[in-house]
Amino acid sequence: MIRFDNVTFTYPDAPRPTFADVSFTVGEGELCLVVGPTGSGKSTLLRAVNGLVPRFTGGLLTGDVLVDGRRTEDHPPRELADVVGYVGQDPMAGFVTDTVIDELAYVMENLGVAPDVMRRRIEDVLDLLGLHDLRRRPLRTLSGGQQQRVAIGSVLTASPGILVLDEPTSALDPAAAEDVLAALTRLVHDLGITVLIAEHRLERVVQYADRVVLLAGSGGALAVGDPASILADSPVAPPVVELARLAGWSPVPLSVRDARRLAGPLRLELEPFARRPLPAATGGPADPAASAAPVANVPRPADVGGRRPLGPVAGQLDRVHAAYGEIVVLDDVTLTVHRGEVLAVMGRNGSGKSTLLAHLVGLRTPAAGTVRVGGEDPAKLPAKVVVRRIGLVPQDPTLLLYHDSVAAECASADHDADLEPGTTAGVLDQVVPDIDRSMHPRDLSEGQRLGVALALVLATGPDVILLDEPTRGLDYASKHRLVEVLDRLALHGHAVVLATHDVEVVAQLADRVIVLADGDVVADGPAREVVSHSPIFAPQVAKILAPQPWLTVAEVAAVLLGAGTR
Amino acid sequence: MTGRSRRVRVRRRRLLHPGAWWLWAGGLAAAAMQTTNPLLLAAIVAVVAFVVAARRQPTPWARSFGSFFKLALVLIAFRVVMQVLFGQRIGSTTLFTLPSIQLPDFAAGVVIGGPVTLELLVDAIYTSLRLAAVLVCFGAVNALCSPYRLLRAMPAALYEAGVVVTVSLSFAPQLVMAVARVREARRLRGRPTTGLRGIRGMALPVLEDALERSVALAASMDARGYGRRGDLSRRSSVIAAIATVVGMMALCVGVYALLDVAAPPVLRLPMLAIGSASVAVALIARGRHSRRSRFQPDVWGGPEWVISLTGAAVVGAFIVAARVDPSGLTPSVNPIVWPSIPLVAGVGVALTSLAAWIAPVPPSLVGRADAASGPGTEPAGSGDAHRGARAAGETRPRPASKKHGVDVGVGAEPVDPVPVVVADGRVQT
Repeated sequence: MIRFDNVTFTYPDAPRPTFADVSFTVGEGELCLVVGPTGSGKSTLLRAVNGLVPRFTGGLLTGDVLVDGRRTEDHPPRELADVVGYVGQDPMAGFVTDTVIDELAYVMENLGVAPDVMRRRIEDVLDLLGLHDLRRRPLRTLSGGQQQRVAIGSVLTASPGILVLDEPTSALDPAAAEDVLAALTRLVHDLGITVLIAEHRLERVVQYADRVVLLAGSGGALAVGDPASILADSPVAPPVVELARLAGWSPVPLSVRDARRLAGPLRLELEPFARRPLPAATGGPADPAASAAPVANVPRPADVGGRRPLGPVAGQLDRVHAAYGEIVVLDDVTLTVHRGEVLAVMGRNGSGKSTLLAHLVGLRTPAAGTVRVGGEDPAKLPAKVVVRRIGLVPQDPTLLLYHDSVAAECASADHDADLEPGTTAGVLDQVVPDIDRSMHPRDLSEGQRLGVALALVLATGPDVILLDEPTRGLDYASKHRLVEVLDRLALHGHAVVLATHDVEVVAQLADRVIVLADGDVVADGPAREVVSHSPIFAPQVAKILAPQPWLTVAEVAAVLLGAGTR
Repeated sequence: MTGRSRRVRVRRRRLLHPGAWWLWAGGLAAAAMQTTNPLLLAAIVAVVAFVVAARRQPTPWARSFGSFFKLALVLIAFRVVMQVLFGQRIGSTTLFTLPSIQLPDFAAGVVIGGPVTLELLVDAIYTSLRLAAVLVCFGAVNALCSPYRLLRAMPAALYEAGVVVTVSLSFAPQLVMAVARVREARRLRGRPTTGLRGIRGMALPVLEDALERSVALAASMDARGYGRRGDLSRRSSVIAAIATVVGMMALCVGVYALLDVAAPPVLRLPMLAIGSASVAVALIARGRHSRRSRFQPDVWGGPEWVISLTGAAVVGAFIVAARVDPSGLTPSVNPIVWPSIPLVAGVGVALTSLAAWIAPVPPSLVGRADAASGPGTEPAGSGDAHRGARAAGETRPRPASKKHGVDVGVGAEPVDPVPVVVADGRVQT
């Protein structure tokens, strides 16, 4: 269905091609996964399938892209709309109409589908994606998961043979992601649709893939093959694959189920260590050396949740109530954040995580209740004072960047906060050392941009650092670097609060987890307890090794290493 | 209660054709343009607000009506201040005197400040009320039907200009959202968000953000088949394009001349005629080959006729009123005369309020099952339609052949539930 023949693409003014000499084919009814580090050109590759690249981006594309026998060179995207359905990263940005059914009908109207066929297909798609209750809702009132499903539905109604999805689950909570992926697998298996997906969170999708296209990045080579063999030595790999590499399983399992069937011996080996008292919960004895006994030999502070000493209270929400119109977002929420802890805020899309952060940083004032940061209400303090106490890295870090070079960003941050010139640049060196200061922030990779934004926020030395969905669009390597940076910050006595859907990062980093639902805090406790007891929030390693309480591959590695040296 | 089914008149919930709302609101706005009578203007605003309250859906764009009201108030205040400072001094009832500055001759001898008279203030309020009323009419039509629906109702030939229109329609709300985002981001960096420095620093990121989203929207439209060529030949496509542009320009000039009293009359009807003819050519040239289809095309039925006629009636009433008694529409401000409502114009405005009852109740936003599933779930609105809906809620589930997106309230006998077949708005029992 899709054929790339020696395709090379170079963005205008780019020194080297985004990808070079790419050739592969995707057959009918295949679910093909495009993986690779950030900036390796996954989105570009996807957009080339229906010709949005280069028609909407500029740049030079050589070679041939054929979809269903049509060459994209001769067919603009609109003439391919009946074959290829493309869903971009931000579904809201692609919505043309204002209600769900209008959006579903849009592509069919353009294709001239007869009205009675339209009606039938819309009903089918509504049922297929579980959207029938939302049919007349305005798109702007939908949650992230619902929007994503409407976006998929809005191209499905054309009954295309090919579906191209750019990170369809990156903005979704684990449950909503499962829904979307379940719908996709149903399309592949029942209707034989060819699906091409780019995704960073491999742990979510790799088990459904029939084939993997690995982009190595920086114009490098490309590998195509079946998932197990490609991932066995891919630079990006989900925890289950890393665990398999550690335990030496072959072939590499891709799903929790397959891994569990192989994990018997490993569980047996780990059994004696699992019985030892695990690190105390947050709030317990603040002696890291004593509480981390089983892994004492291994200097990996981030591996074990709840072992950092707790400092004094840094920020507080007391009986906070927040609402948008009639929708209650936070209902009587009380929360204390201590210095030196990493607190993860989890919960469904639209459960109030971002709102909670906005209240803490003083962007919003609560309808009722009080917010205190360092003893004062952040909303009442001038912006210049607030940034010295508490900083927020928003969901889209680009928003914080508006100069034309990284160096200019740093200089202006120094100027704004009356810091010594060079302070921000110094912080940036610690966060992302290998960055070209003369680059435009918009040309940086996602991870680098996040790093710059974090450096800008950190420069003023706030006690509390909030991050909203920081791992969206990050590959495993960038995530790992972020985890290290945040871990260091917490050890130096900062309070770190992150709102996230990424259970793997929570497992690696968080001391404490709160789960929001329906405006309430429904769970608040040590990360290990909250996370491992939930079928939705449990990381892969926990699922594979249950009932033993391990959360991350690093933890298991440390124990095995400790056992080996003993 | 005989157990036999009987024919019942049914009002189904649907959205009024956007064209009817635009004609209705346009008529009211055109009427408002012709008067400075504060009582008439207040009546227009009241009618508009009443109809909006009765017939809007709880959608994000409907909530913008409040902002239009606020904008109107700001406009009035601005206009009064400007008039006090720069306005031509009229009347003799001096309220207070501002220090005045006589600008030198090269500035045309403009006087700033000076005595502020009651007449001056009243004149300022009258004229600004007129603008405010027009603005409220425009806000009302935005609240009653989303701009996108009007676009959809356009014929295929004009639809080709739709990329531009859709993108620009979404540009304004996106700009507002971008401003909010950038403001927050600036606060997070501890920077000013107000004042000249704040505005200067925000303009670039805001525009960048909104433009990027506009390009994304255009790409999404294209990827979903917008503007497919179909089997249109190149020659007729060029003819259609030229005819569209010429026709639209002529129509714009014509409408402008119709509203502006000072414009030469030759620009009015002849221009409108040329414009209509030219657009018709474009429609024929392109429409024949159009492969577009419509999903649930908006129905133009009885309510649409009545409501657009009331819109036309109010314009007519005002024209008649102006002939009969010009001072009724533009009450004198020097000397100040207590205004009264001219009968014809008043009746015209009153007629437009019929829309609050005649327009069908908009469907509920939460699926049709919920909308008719029993008492207590419907929003307040016209009584009889709802009573019917409740009765229907008690009956068995709807047959699958029903046109979806349609709410049917059937006042059938509860003992003998009647299968309902709806085809194109007709209900058979």
